[in-house]
Amino acid sequence: MSHHQLDARRMLCPMPVIRTQNFVAKLPAGDTVDVLCTDPGALHDIPAWCRIHGHEIIGTQEQDGELMISVRVGANSD
Amino acid sequence: MLATQAMLEQGIHVEGINFYTGFCVEGHTHAIRKKDKAKPKRNNALWVAEQLGIKLHIIDVIDEYKDVVINPKHGYGSNMNPCLDCKCFMVRKAHEWIEEHNFDFIITGEVVGQRPMSQRRDTMPVIQRESGAEDRLLRPLCAKILPATLPEREGWVDREKLFGFNGRGRKPQIALAEKMGISDFAQPSGGCCFLTDAAYSGKLADLWSARGERRYELDDIMLLKVGRHLRPRPHFKIIVGREEGENRFLEGYRKQFTHLYTTSHPGPLVLLDGKANDNDLQLAAQLAARFSQGKMAETVRVELHEKGAAKRELDVTPLTNEEIPVEWYL
Ligand code: SF4
Repeated sequence: MSHHQLDARRMLCPMPVIRTQNFVAKLPAGDTVDVLCTDPGALHDIPAWCRIHGHEIIGTQEQDGELMISVRVGANSD
Repeated sequence: MLATQAMLEQGIHVEGINFYTGFCVEGHTHAIRKKDKAKPKRNNALWVAEQLGIKLHIIDVIDEYKDVVINPKHGYGSNMNPCLDCKCFMVRKAHEWIEEHNFDFIITGEVVGQRPMSQRRDTMPVIQRESGAEDRLLRPLCAKILPATLPEREGWVDREKLFGFNGRGRKPQIALAEKMGISDFAQPSGGCCFLTDAAYSGKLADLWSARGERRYELDDIMLLKVGRHLRPRPHFKIIVGREEGENRFLEGYRKQFTHLYTTSHPGPLVLLDGKANDNDLQLAAQLAARFSQGKMAETVRVELHEKGAAKRELDVTPLTNEEIPVEWYL
């Protein structure tokens, strides 16, 4: 099980979601990804995308206008 | 949304595809403009998918879509919206997707006669043909008034349970939504794409005519959504942040553009797009001063960061409103 980081800073929604989707598609269940972004819309969109696709949000952090959304890849990832 | 629900009620497995062209009206503008912070920043497509309980795939088609906007075979609608070409393109992409992922057919929420350009009875077959989807494209909401498609003929879908909506009126759809228990159904018409917006289309046309070629990058079309745009001379324009959120967004472009801001008074960040000589820079500085809190002051100090040059300071008199012709505003 590996841990990854994905940089989606300065991208506007829905690009952070698209990047997360394409990145997660290559990962096995159980891996985790910290998605770094700056568009506050991602705080809404990435969790919504995770709910739909059966992934889990394991935490979100905000610091100096930067967000980190941590995702655990679900079993049914496609 | 209704078309999908109709399929789900027939026990069909449906997944959604949403194409991101760069022109979509989504969270961006809300995210950029601070005053819009209170508005929900939800992504409509994700929200709809969640309501319906289906998966949604968002596909970045920014690059491929350029050709649709730049050279639409069927022309534009009332603004720069190439709706018919756009539909053909999206259905073609959806068709490629279903072939790759082993799905059997495509559905759309189109209704005959609902849109003047892309949803007429005679354009429906154009989309089927030019997309290559042919009779694997089903429109559940108006299927009954169109020839039977493959999923209907094969009995995968019960044609009798589909609909025969037609025309611009939305009453039957609203009634159906109620029957299906859908109360908040997403944006019924148009407003999902900046290309249908007259002001936005004007700015895009200006960009092309100033450059002498029809071409754009993602950054160009993003910047058209932000700030006040003024073109004081044919060879340059300025983009003025209207509030803090826009200024912050524009800050991300400082490396790529000559930019300026007032230092003696609070004011916006101004990007300059094009080529500017010293007179032009002076004019840009006077405009920056006009949009700052020093607009009534005798002189305003402006810091100028010319691309590829050391920063400079200019002391300028702000332009008055009368000195800014309305034609400068894009
Ligand atoms: S409104 Fe925009 S997205 Fe919709 S069909 Fe027309 S060009 Fe395409």
